[in-house]
Amino acid sequence: MNNTDIVKQSLKKRYFKERLFKTMGMLSIVTAILFLLLLLTDIFTKAWPAFIQTRVELTVDLNEADLGIDAQSDEQAIMSADFRKPIRAALLNTFPEVTKRKQKRELYSLTSMGAEFQLRDMVIENPQLIGTQQTIQFMADDDVDAVIKGTIDRLLPESDRRVKNDKLGWIETLEASGQITTGFNWHFFAAGDSREPEMAGIKGAILGSLYTLLVTLALSFPVAVAAAIYLEEFAPKNRFIDFIEININNLAAVPSIVFGLLGLAVFINFFSMPRSAPIVGGIVLSLMTLPTIIIASRSAIKAVPPSLREAALGLGASKMQSVFHHVLPAALPGILTGTIIGMAQALGETAPLLMIGMVAFIVDIPQSVTDPSTVLPIQVFLWADSPERGFLEKTSAAIMVLLFFLIAMNAIAIYLRKKFEKKW
Amino acid sequence: MQKLKTLSLLAGMIAASQVQADGRDYISVVGSSTVYPFSTVVAERFGKSTSFKTPKIESTGTGGGMKLFCKGTGVDTPDITNASRRIKESELTMCHENGVDGVVEVLIGYDGIVVANDINSHDFNLSRKDLFLALAKEVPTGKEGELVANPYTTWNEVNTDLPAVKIEVLGPPPTSGTRDAFVELAMEGGCKAFPWIKATKAEDKSKYKTICHTIREDGAYVEAGENDNLIIQKLQKNPDALGIFGFSFLDQNADLVKGSMVDGAAPEFETIASGEYPVSRPLFFYVKKAHVSEIPGMQEFLAEFTSEKAMGEEGYLTDKGLIPLDEDKYMKVKTDTLELNNLAL
Repeated sequence: MNNTDIVKQSLKKRYFKERLFKTMGMLSIVTAILFLLLLLTDIFTKAWPAFIQTRVELTVDLNEADLGIDAQSDEQAIMSADFRKPIRAALLNTFPEVTKRKQKRELYSLTSMGAEFQLRDMVIENPQLIGTQQTIQFMADDDVDAVIKGTIDRLLPESDRRVKNDKLGWIETLEASGQITTGFNWHFFAAGDSREPEMAGIKGAILGSLYTLLVTLALSFPVAVAAAIYLEEFAPKNRFIDFIEININNLAAVPSIVFGLLGLAVFINFFSMPRSAPIVGGIVLSLMTLPTIIIASRSAIKAVPPSLREAALGLGASKMQSVFHHVLPAALPGILTGTIIGMAQALGETAPLLMIGMVAFIVDIPQSVTDPSTVLPIQVFLWADSPERGFLEKTSAAIMVLLFFLIAMNAIAIYLRKKFEKKW
Repeated sequence: MQKLKTLSLLAGMIAASQVQADGRDYISVVGSSTVYPFSTVVAERFGKSTSFKTPKIESTGTGGGMKLFCKGTGVDTPDITNASRRIKESELTMCHENGVDGVVEVLIGYDGIVVANDINSHDFNLSRKDLFLALAKEVPTGKEGELVANPYTTWNEVNTDLPAVKIEVLGPPPTSGTRDAFVELAMEGGCKAFPWIKATKAEDKSKYKTICHTIREDGAYVEAGENDNLIIQKLQKNPDALGIFGFSFLDQNADLVKGSMVDGAAPEFETIASGEYPVSRPLFFYVKKAHVSEIPGMQEFLAEFTSEKAMGEEGYLTDKGLIPLDEDKYMKVKTDTLELNNLAL
């Protein structure tokens, strides 16, 4: 048997191995995509109802006697007026057969607890409404919302159903007369957290995340880039610098909860910074993103060919000039990509923020980095833990918003890389 | 690039200069995750209906809340802590040591802990003794003073009246207040049914606690995490399993799960309020008296929380699953709170 025969004999086996490897590779990619699709469809199907809001249309009589205010009243007086009265009267008008106390309570719960504030805010904005009759679309209660969206099955026997026959009857009457409408849920993007699912919004968490990331970026980007430039371009090669390098790499692998404990001990307990504030959250997260950005920046700087530096130096530029005029601009796309990926990580981080009090119920929209606030992933966590069924869809919707931001940030990173990347 | 750096440095400096945390214009609440759903509802209404800011409510757990609360007075400490049990003497001492002298206790109502399963599955009529025998790590044999590792695998081995279903209970982990309360109220309640165990309480308290409070670790009790919604989802997938969670979750999911009877009482609003349903616990919050005049809106927040429309028999907190106090107790709590009477243990 000569060599050619040996090769020919083994050929079949070698081809088979290659095919096997290819199929396994394909299979693993298919599995990964399947899982991703499964996750996304699950989130998406659960989330879509959250973007639709059910409203109940009622004609309310804003007469002066009932409210105790008139068109000349100041804001303080309007604030303290009882706006439940006109709404309740409108409901009773629609269903005059309801007389018993318990039934009335049920009837009043057709509209959201937020309806009175909705009406109050309208009147504050335009006091001329007092004394007139207005047809207004009020937010429906979460139970009504669930019936309309089909989350509560109308066909179940009464004993197994959260919405009892009386209430279901009223809902169906309103539906038949066209007084129940649905529309896009703008409120979800305009309000802070709430304990009523229909009133809960994501704006507070989005702004909280934004403030936190701003602090993170402002702190970690300059520090990390400066550190990377120094280590790559200026630092002498000695043991001490090696030691620092190893530690930066180690820091990147430290579990994030440790940074939270550090934040609690140092910033809150020692420097008495406010709890639950984006400023502390931002500082803690910047500790976490620093090593990521340093490592990305260093490899970007390293990738700039030495000929560029040498040319600058040869033409009489100082070391400083060669770095800032030539190396850094060339490395910037890589540095920015690393920064954005670091920021995206920080956006999805929850654990360190648990320790510094950002797991909190915050209704008011934060106005600055020192106001108490929460962030998107924590909002997901809080809603997932709420007993009201309506929060199930809100949870998924919040996850969608979070994923949207993550994808957007990663897309920007890819775009920057593609646009500015140079081939040497 | 230079510009970018100076800009970001500047931003950092501005941010840092804003941190002077003198004065706080919102109420800060910490504490139990069980009281959190009720506290937040009051806070939200308070914020929406008054010109004060909405209080900030953190869910830190009862113990964690007490630690923060008792750290001292001043704007960087919380004003109120929620608790799903009464404050311990040691905690109150810690408070006093750190200069937190005036503490007002407010009992807001009761919470039931339910044992539930899928709505289409078997009906369970349990006693606390059954729960203890099914879930304890070691159970007594017929002989006095003798304990064996829990041998029971199905419910009908524990009690012949129960269905022949594998014992599988999904419940909260040891860090949860619900678990503490379940162990104390249900397990210990059943454990005491054995006279000799009850007798050891006087002799050797720690031994008594070990017997009564230790949950089995052989897989029959599954720690399902703090998230009660998750337990309910798992019960639907596994009709043989039972789950342990707060009454408000049963109330919200009455079309998916049903509560088991315990000692002949079904977990319903009325039976928990009357005390007939044995596994229920009081819920509290504690107020730092020194802060009432310091933080704007404290007095008004306390008035809102203890008002008839919130805590009363038909108040909005009952819609969220809180079991209200009876009339006499309610009136006493209300006056004690508004007059800021100091807590005495």
